[in-house]
Amino acid sequence: MSVATAGSIPQTRRRPVKPGKVVGRVLFYLLVVLILAYILFPFYWAARTSFMPDSDIYLTPVQYWPKNFTVQHYINAFSETTFLRAILNSALVGVAATVLSVLFGASASYALARFNFLGRNVALYLILAMSMFPGISILGALYTVLQKVHLYNTLYALIIVYLTFSLPLMVWIMQSFFRGMPRDLEEAAYVDGASQFQTFWRIMMPLAAPGLATAGILTLMGCWQEFLFALSFELSSSHWTVPLAIANTGANQASAFQIPWGDQMAETLVVMLPLIAVVLLLQRRIISGLTAGAVKG
Amino acid sequence: MSARPPAPAAVAEGARVAGRQRRARSLESTNARFAYLMLVPSLLCLALVAFYPMVNTILTSFTDTTFGQANSNFVGLKNYVTLVQDPTFRSAIGVSVRFTVITVVFEFLLGLIVALVVNTAFRGRGAVRAAMLIPWALITVISAAMWKLMYNQIYGVFNDLLVNKLHVLAINQDFLGSRATALPAVAAIDIWKTTPFIALLLLAGLQLIPGDVYEAADVDGAGKIRTFFSITLPLLMPSILVAVVIRALDALRVFDVFYVLFGQRPDTTTMSILVQEQIIYFGKVGYGSAVSVGILAIIAVFIVIYMLMSRWSAARS
Repeated sequence: MSVATAGSIPQTRRRPVKPGKVVGRVLFYLLVVLILAYILFPFYWAARTSFMPDSDIYLTPVQYWPKNFTVQHYINAFSETTFLRAILNSALVGVAATVLSVLFGASASYALARFNFLGRNVALYLILAMSMFPGISILGALYTVLQKVHLYNTLYALIIVYLTFSLPLMVWIMQSFFRGMPRDLEEAAYVDGASQFQTFWRIMMPLAAPGLATAGILTLMGCWQEFLFALSFELSSSHWTVPLAIANTGANQASAFQIPWGDQMAETLVVMLPLIAVVLLLQRRIISGLTAGAVKG
Repeated sequence: MSARPPAPAAVAEGARVAGRQRRARSLESTNARFAYLMLVPSLLCLALVAFYPMVNTILTSFTDTTFGQANSNFVGLKNYVTLVQDPTFRSAIGVSVRFTVITVVFEFLLGLIVALVVNTAFRGRGAVRAAMLIPWALITVISAAMWKLMYNQIYGVFNDLLVNKLHVLAINQDFLGSRATALPAVAAIDIWKTTPFIALLLLAGLQLIPGDVYEAADVDGAGKIRTFFSITLPLLMPSILVAVVIRALDALRVFDVFYVLFGQRPDTTTMSILVQEQIIYFGKVGYGSAVSVGILAIIAVFIVIYMLMSRWSAARS
């Protein structure tokens, strides 16, 4: 990938190093350090707080490095059943919605990318236009429907809603992915007597795995983030997802007037570390998925 | 949801490509039935979870439906008349729009700077780019909680830095509590979380600009600033437009961060908070639906403006 920009032009010229250039370089690295500090400082602060005893957290002057270490908040986090339950709920809802989204979205995308039929553009428009659709605008109607079909206050409600709201992105990524795949393989499969569905399921789906992984990760992260629907549709704390559990940390404790920062930040770190690991491992895929829609626009 | 939807222009582009391919594929025209079957699950979801509730919302907005009351009556435009006169709704629009303007402007400017830095070859560039993804991946509710702690009036780190270390402020401030600073404070959280994402979008755009354009500018003796304003910025315009619109549409429906920091405080009620409060807490589904339709209309205005702008910029280039 070419990385030539305004900033890197001087490197292409052969000139003796001038003092001005050294200063420029130092300033540039200072800017890099500043950017990194800006991004990472809040994480440091959360980690610092999670290892401090309660009494020290509320103390002034503020300690920038904890004087007394404790892992008590982590012990609390792992013995808090609501929180553990929430992790399980989030995992269940996220995985179920993502798997269904991949199955539904990929088959729809394949149909849209490879077949020609009446109403094809209408279907494509409808699905993609959904992406601009604010979820908040159907909150009341969804709430009513879910109560009518007795899915209110169940995890199924979230799975169905998250699945639907993830379809536009899935279809967007997957149909351009299918379009970019060569047609020879499908034709060979047809010649060998495979049915259309067999061709899709046995030949195209395995080959589309990289695209499915990208779209799947983005869907999963979207499900873990979601707060509005979870807050509105899940009444009992045994159905809370992680964002709800963290927003409510300490809500059922005796000292409701004081936020248990240590516990909350410990929970934050417990949830965050696997997420960060996933992001760092899959960063290429995530970046390509995130920018897929933007670059073509 | 945080997963980014395709940009509106990209939607149009997708449909255009679809149209072009229609003629070329006569062979599959007999396979329509298979294609319909493949589409059924997705379209069923959309119909039941999005379109049916949408139609229902519009219909309900003309009634006085309330939870716990068996009867609901058609009340015509009454809810909309109330809506237009409701100071809470006007204030909610104001909060949402101000939040959108502040965050989009700062996220764009800071994002551009970060994108330009990361687009330069330097040691540790990969690490910086990886670090940029972390705030994006963070759950919004968690980032709100992290910043709430840092904003604390007594033992918050911002007050300590500004009062005791940098001596910018004379006394500790209640950043979230006071009316004047609440909105900038919550905007700062969104800016922190989303700037790296905008930077990644702009970076992708920057990497599409061919290197020889810069070489030509260099040969012609254009300085760095001149190069930036006459080459980088115009060529980056499509990416900028997309990034700004995606953000604006997201920011207009902001909910999570305000809810965690302020709950249902009147002066920080955004459009989304108002709807959630009316429907879920007060059970006023009829009026809440009217507010929903109002939000949809406001967002539609933004989408139309964007479409006009992108058509205009496409015509110019």
